[in-house]
Amino acid sequence: MKITLSDEQRLLLETAQSFFIDRCPIEQTRKNMSNGKFDQSLWQEMVELGWAGVNIPEEFGGLGLGIESLVPIVESMGRFVVGSPIKSTAVAAGLISSFGTYEQKSIYLPRIVKGEIASIGFIEENGAWDDGFVETVAELRDGGFSLTGKKCFVTDVDCSSLVLVSAKVKNETNIFIIETSEIPEGLVKREVVIDETVRSFQIDLNGLFIGENQVLGSGSNRLADLSSLLLNAAEMSGGVSGVLQLTVDYLKNRKAFDRLIGSYQSLKHPMVDILISSEALRSHLYYAANCLSSGPDKEAEIAIRMASASGSEAFAYASDRAIQFHGGFGFTYDCNAQLYMRRALWCQYQGGDQVYQKKLLETLLLD
Amino acid sequence: MSDVARIEIEEFREEVRNWFTENKPQDPGFLLPETFMEVGTDEQFEFLRDWQRKVYEAGYIGISWPKDYGGGGRPQIFQDIATREMVTQRVPFMPNTIGLNWAGPLILKVGTEENKRKYIKNILSAEDIWCQGFSEPEAGSDLGNTRCSARRDGDDYIINGSKIWTSLGTYAKYMILLARTSKEKSSKYAGLSFFLAPMGVDGIDPEPIQKLTGEYGFCQTFFDDARIPADCLMGEEGDGWKTAMITLTFERGASGGQAGGTSMMELNAYDVLELARRVRRNGKLAIEDTYVREKLVSFLIEFRGNQLMSAREKVPGLTGDWPGAVSLSGKLRNTELRRRLTQFSLSLMGANAARFVSENSVDGGKWQRSYLNSFSATIGGGTSEIQHNIVGERVLGLPKD
Repeated sequence: MKITLSDEQRLLLETAQSFFIDRCPIEQTRKNMSNGKFDQSLWQEMVELGWAGVNIPEEFGGLGLGIESLVPIVESMGRFVVGSPIKSTAVAAGLISSFGTYEQKSIYLPRIVKGEIASIGFIEENGAWDDGFVETVAELRDGGFSLTGKKCFVTDVDCSSLVLVSAKVKNETNIFIIETSEIPEGLVKREVVIDETVRSFQIDLNGLFIGENQVLGSGSNRLADLSSLLLNAAEMSGGVSGVLQLTVDYLKNRKAFDRLIGSYQSLKHPMVDILISSEALRSHLYYAANCLSSGPDKEAEIAIRMASASGSEAFAYASDRAIQFHGGFGFTYDCNAQLYMRRALWCQYQGGDQVYQKKLLETLLLD
Repeated sequence: MSDVARIEIEEFREEVRNWFTENKPQDPGFLLPETFMEVGTDEQFEFLRDWQRKVYEAGYIGISWPKDYGGGGRPQIFQDIATREMVTQRVPFMPNTIGLNWAGPLILKVGTEENKRKYIKNILSAEDIWCQGFSEPEAGSDLGNTRCSARRDGDDYIINGSKIWTSLGTYAKYMILLARTSKEKSSKYAGLSFFLAPMGVDGIDPEPIQKLTGEYGFCQTFFDDARIPADCLMGEEGDGWKTAMITLTFERGASGGQAGGTSMMELNAYDVLELARRVRRNGKLAIEDTYVREKLVSFLIEFRGNQLMSAREKVPGLTGDWPGAVSLSGKLRNTELRRRLTQFSLSLMGANAARFVSENSVDGGKWQRSYLNSFSATIGGGTSEIQHNIVGERVLGLPKD
C-alpha cells in the first residue's frame, strides 16, 4: 500500500496551509458565526486561487485534477473550523464532470470556475445516510421532472446558484441539477444546527418542475456518497489536528496545584492516544484520496469508509477530551474547544457515523 | 537503476520465492516459540537453529555483510527482498537474533579485524548463539545504573553481579556484556565497559526464569568471580556506554546493517480474521457473530492505519505537524495492538477459549499463549506507560512529570 502526493497536490497543501493560517484565525470564524452572514470576501479569495475549479476539466477552465486534490485544502480549512461552501461546490463539480452530458458540463462548469457556488441536498427529514431511503420523487412528465419532497442540511444554499439533489425515479436514485433561481421564494428555510460555523437550510421541493436535461447520468449517487465522505474525512482530519494543538498549548501553560497540568499522566497519556489517532487518520485519508483518483471502485470505498470511521472516532474523542482538559474554561462558550466538538458532531452525523461505516465495511471486508 | 540491475533483482526475487516455497520446513509437531525471546525447550531451539543454518547456507541471510567474513557481499536490496519473502511465506524466524541484528552489526561497525574473523561467520550460521547482558534486576532498563562489575586482574577481567532477561542464555556461547570497571568516575556512565564475553567459563551461571505461561525463555545470569580474557574488552575501558548506545540503535532499528531475516512469528489482524472463519462461538462460526464482526472491522482499520502511517510518513509534504510521532510511537502502537488482538482472538472460541497449550486447544493453544506472551513486549523495552511519557514529552512537548 503506497501513498503518493503529486506536485500539484503538494503545492495546494502548502498554499492552503498558509492561506488559512493568515486568513482564518478563529476570531474571524466567530465573527461570521455571530452575524450569520456568508463570508463573501473569503470565498472570493479562494476562487481567485483557483480552488473552485480544482476538479473541473481544463477545457471548462478548471485545473483538471480529481476531487481527491481538494483533500489538502479541506483538511487545512478544518484546522481552523472555517465554514465554507468549497466542499459542496467541489462535490457538485465532480459529479457534473463525471456524470454530466457535454451540454451540462459546458453550461455549469465554467460558472463554477468563476465562483458561482453549488450546494448539495442529499439528506432528508428521516435523517438516513443510505440513499436507498430517499423519499423525494422525480416524476417524468410533459418533457420534464416534477419533484415532490424536502431536503435538509443544504449548506449555503441562499448564496449558491446551483443545488444538486437526490431523488428517486421509480426505484433508482438519481441526482438532479437545480438552478436556485427556479426555487420559489419562501421554500428555503434556515435550520438551527449544532455546528454554528455551518449555514444550513431546508428546501421544500414540492411542486418544482425542472427540465428533462437537468438529471445526471445514472450511478452518480455512488460517487456523490464517496466523494462527500472523503472531503468530510479531510475536514475531520484537519479538525483533529486543530483541537490537538489547542489542547496541547493549554496543557503546556495552565497550572494546577503548582504544576503544569500537562505533566500529569492522566492528561498526558490520552493526548498521546489522540496524537496517534490523528496520525492514523491522516494516513487513511491520503490513502483513500489516492484510491479515489482511480475511480470509485471497491478498494476506494473501503479506504474512504475506513478514513471516515477513523475520523469520526478520533475527532469525537479529541474534542470531548479537549473540553474536559480545559476544565472550567472548557465549559464556557468562549473556549474554542466547543467549536471543535460541535464540528466533530456535525461531520460525524452528516457523513454517517463510525457504527454505520463499520457496518458497511463488514460486508466489504468479511463476506 | 540500470536495466541489468533491475533484471538481476527480478531474477533474485523469483529465485528466493522458489527456494522458500520448496524448503519451508514442515510443521514440527510441537508449538514453535513466537519470538526469539520465547525459545524454551531444546527441541524448539534445535529446530530453529537448523533452520537458520539452512537459510544461511542457501545464502539468504547476511547477504549484505562483507564476503571476507562470511557474508554475501551484495547490496542491501537483496537482503530486503529475501527478508520480505520470509515474512510473506511465514517461515520460522532466525533464533540468533541478538547476533544477527545487534552484536553482528556492532562488531562489523566498531570491532577489530580479529573480532570480525572470529565471530561473524558463526553468528550467521547459528554455530555461535549470542545473548545480551544489559538489564539488571535492580536497574531495569536504566543502563546508567549498571552494577555488575568487571575488575582487571592480570590478563583477565573478573566479573561479579547479575544480569536479567537474558534471552537464549542457556544456549548462548557469547554475551554482549555491559559492566562497571570503575566506580570513581565523575559520571555514572564513565565507569562502564563493554565486553564480548564467553558464556562457557566457570562462574557464569544462566538460570532459566519461568514465565507466566509456564514456559522458559529468559534467564537471570549470575556472575561469581567469573574470569574472562582481557581481550574480550571492546574498545577502551570506560567506553562502554558509547558502545552500548550504538548497540541500542541497532536493537531499535534506528540504524541499518542487520543481517536480515525475522525474529518473531508474524501475527496480525488478518490472522485473526482467518481464525474467525473456522472456529465457533456459541454454536455458530465466529465470523457470523455480530460482536465479532464489528470488532474485526475495527482491528482491520487499526492494523491498516499502522501500515499506512509508515507509508505516509515518507511522503514529502505529509510528514505532519509532529516530527517523530510515527517512529517514536511505533513500539507502543504495535505491541498494544498485538496484546488487544490476541486477547480478542480468545473470544472467538466460546468455552474453548478457556483451554491452554494442549492437543485439544484451537491451534494447539497458540492464541492463549500469544495473549499471555504479548505482555513481554508491552512491558519489556520500556513499558507502554513509559512509551506514553516518551511520546508525550518528546513529540508533543508536554512537561515532564
